Amino acid sequence: MQSDTESVKKSVRTYFMVGAALFVFTAITVAVNQVHLAIPFAITVALIIATLKGSMVASVFMHLSHEKRWIYGALVLTVLFFIVLMCVPSFTTMDTIGTKEPAVGVPEHGTPGAH
Amino acid sequence: MNIPYTVETRPDTGLANGKLGIWLFLGSEVMLFGALFSTYIILRNGAPEWPHGELNVWLGMTNTFILIASSVTMVMAWASLKLNNWRRHRLFLILTFVLAAVFLVNKYFEYSSHFARGEGPWHSTFLAIYYTLTGLHGLHILGGMIVMSYFIGPGAKMWKTSPEQFANRIEYTGLYWHFVDLVWIFLFPVLYLL
Repeated sequence: MQSDTESVKKSVRTYFMVGAALFVFTAITVAVNQVHLAIPFAITVALIIATLKGSMVASVFMHLSHEKRWIYGALVLTVLFFIVLMCVPSFTTMDTIGTKEPAVGVPEHGTPGAH
Repeated sequence: MNIPYTVETRPDTGLANGKLGIWLFLGSEVMLFGALFSTYIILRNGAPEWPHGELNVWLGMTNTFILIASSVTMVMAWASLKLNNWRRHRLFLILTFVLAAVFLVNKYFEYSSHFARGEGPWHSTFLAIYYTLTGLHGLHILGGMIVMSYFIGPGAKMWKTSPEQFANRIEYTGLYWHFVDLVWIFLFPVLYLL
């Protein structure tokens, strides 16, 4: 309990510093947006900063920087399924049913022998 | 009979049951919001053009600051319990509750100004996904406020009977609250800036 109390005491300063850093990163995100960069670049910058902020919240406020391996295991599974979920939009663009060009020399419907 | 492993850790997982439970719940929440973010990507990629500057960036930024501040006060509410400082815990938990309420009030004004201009979810694809994402997030804020109000009110008496269990409950509430903050950290740039 003693060491627990000591470690919490040390963490308090970190919590406020991370809070301040999150404020600064938010201001930077908005400032970058005011510059009106090209859309792909603006998306990249905004998402990098958001990921950085999210990592800070997760690792410090949610104590993920020093958690038990069961928690990490559950999160690894979540991340795997989350990645699949984020890939769903690209699966929809791979779907070419009804849009594929017919092969050269082959009629669009039926086989050549059918005529 | 007491429920086992509410305070002491299980020998196999090294965790109290509540801790693993809240993380599994948060995993399901990631999938819920992930599905909606995925929907956003599909809608945006499929749209011939996507509106910019429809939302008030400054109001969105203010709400981001409010949620970040509430995350700091929430973690401080838990840390104060660990440091055995009940008065500071109460102060920080009530502050978190107030900040959450201010967030929702801001959101109310934001929604009102859109509806006054006839910009409901039916107005465009962008506003449909905007209301869905922010509405669901707002419901999570409301849920967090209900839990916090319980620990500010009737649930607070547990501190006298079982302080460690109470501290664990505040920690789990905090984990949920930080997750809600984390979702907003992504919602803000995706909806307001890009």
